[in-house]
Amino acid sequence: MNPFRSLGASTIARVEAVGRAGVMLFGALFALPKLKNIALTIKQIHVVGVQSLLIIIVSGLFIGMVMALQGYTILVDYGAEGSLGPMVALSLLRELGPVVTALLFAGRAGSALTAEIGLMKTTEQLSSMEMMAVDPLRRVISPRFWAGLISMPMLAVIFSAVGILGGHLVGVDWLGVDAGSYWSLMQSSVDLGSDVGNGVIKSLVFAIVVTWIAIFKGYDSTPTSEGISKATTETVVFSSLAVLGLDFVLTALMFGIE
Amino acid sequence: MNRYKAELMVGVFVVLTVGAVLLLALKVANQSMTTDGDTYTLYAKFDNIGGLKERSAVKVGGVTIGRVTSISLDKKDYTPVVELSIISKYSEFPETSSVSILTSGLLGEQYVGFQPGFSFDGIANLKDGDYLQDTKSALVLEDLIGQFLFNRGDSDNGE
Repeated sequence: MNPFRSLGASTIARVEAVGRAGVMLFGALFALPKLKNIALTIKQIHVVGVQSLLIIIVSGLFIGMVMALQGYTILVDYGAEGSLGPMVALSLLRELGPVVTALLFAGRAGSALTAEIGLMKTTEQLSSMEMMAVDPLRRVISPRFWAGLISMPMLAVIFSAVGILGGHLVGVDWLGVDAGSYWSLMQSSVDLGSDVGNGVIKSLVFAIVVTWIAIFKGYDSTPTSEGISKATTETVVFSSLAVLGLDFVLTALMFGIE
Repeated sequence: MNRYKAELMVGVFVVLTVGAVLLLALKVANQSMTTDGDTYTLYAKFDNIGGLKERSAVKVGGVTIGRVTSISLDKKDYTPVVELSIISKYSEFPETSSVSILTSGLLGEQYVGFQPGFSFDGIANLKDGDYLQDTKSALVLEDLIGQFLFNRGDSDNGE
């Protein structure tokens, strides 16, 4: 094939995909939740959020513990091990909490969403819903999208809190940093609005991106077993890349300019 | 039954999140003191504020009594003006009080050290909006080193 023609074809295919994704997001967002849909959304929060709790809590605990251990060995050389608290808290709240939660969420819940919706499409459940005059956007897509949007900031907050407690476990209980300076220096350097608040905003943005990619990849997958496996892989790869790229942009906007 | 269980677990999830938010808000982040409202404002002009920032602490003998709320430049004589917000509880400082910019530790943050003056008869207390007259600027390390080298050069010439 003519290389120019294949370039043009792939560009058109990409732009079309973005357009389809936009139309789907619009449909999912503005399919206003009825009372019945709220029940569906709660069920999806259970699937997407509650079932991700274990991996979030365990990862948060271990990341907090590792950071306390690493930070201690460096800070103790300068006699500044009291600053362990601010170090652990700020890195969790600003960066690791939102980012690692989004990556784990993409692997744990995003891939499941893609596979589930992809299989629904392959087995023609979505088309049969349309036959029965049930809008699949409203019945299937919208509850999952809202569930992802609600769950991920909650998971990120839990991740940060557990991580800080994990840092306390290693730093204070094991390595002997003074508990008072761990908490009081943390309090004097963490700001509720600019650190905790910006972290939550970050994870809200990641939630939109990851859930959107996951749902769209399933909704738009080729209805074969190979297509589902490809869509699931792409969900994890694309959303991880998007999260890391967006994180840089958001960090530059939020913390870059003093 | 299944739906009941799902709703129960989502409820537990919400409770966990609220607990985490409370931990972050109450134990990890600082409660911003300047928003309390029961504060009064003093101003101080310095020659050089060094690395002082907004929200830096104002301390008397190590006890925080307020915060720096804004730093601006006086249009007329181009000296920095620092706005200090002091908790109303500590409102009886005499006019002879002085402020200086100090550093906590060798590499620590800079803060405003507040030195209460002696109160005699006829010396009023500081009121809201007053300017503190007696101020000492921040020590800038580069200036000190420059002065030191300059003095050394002088003494070498003298010998």
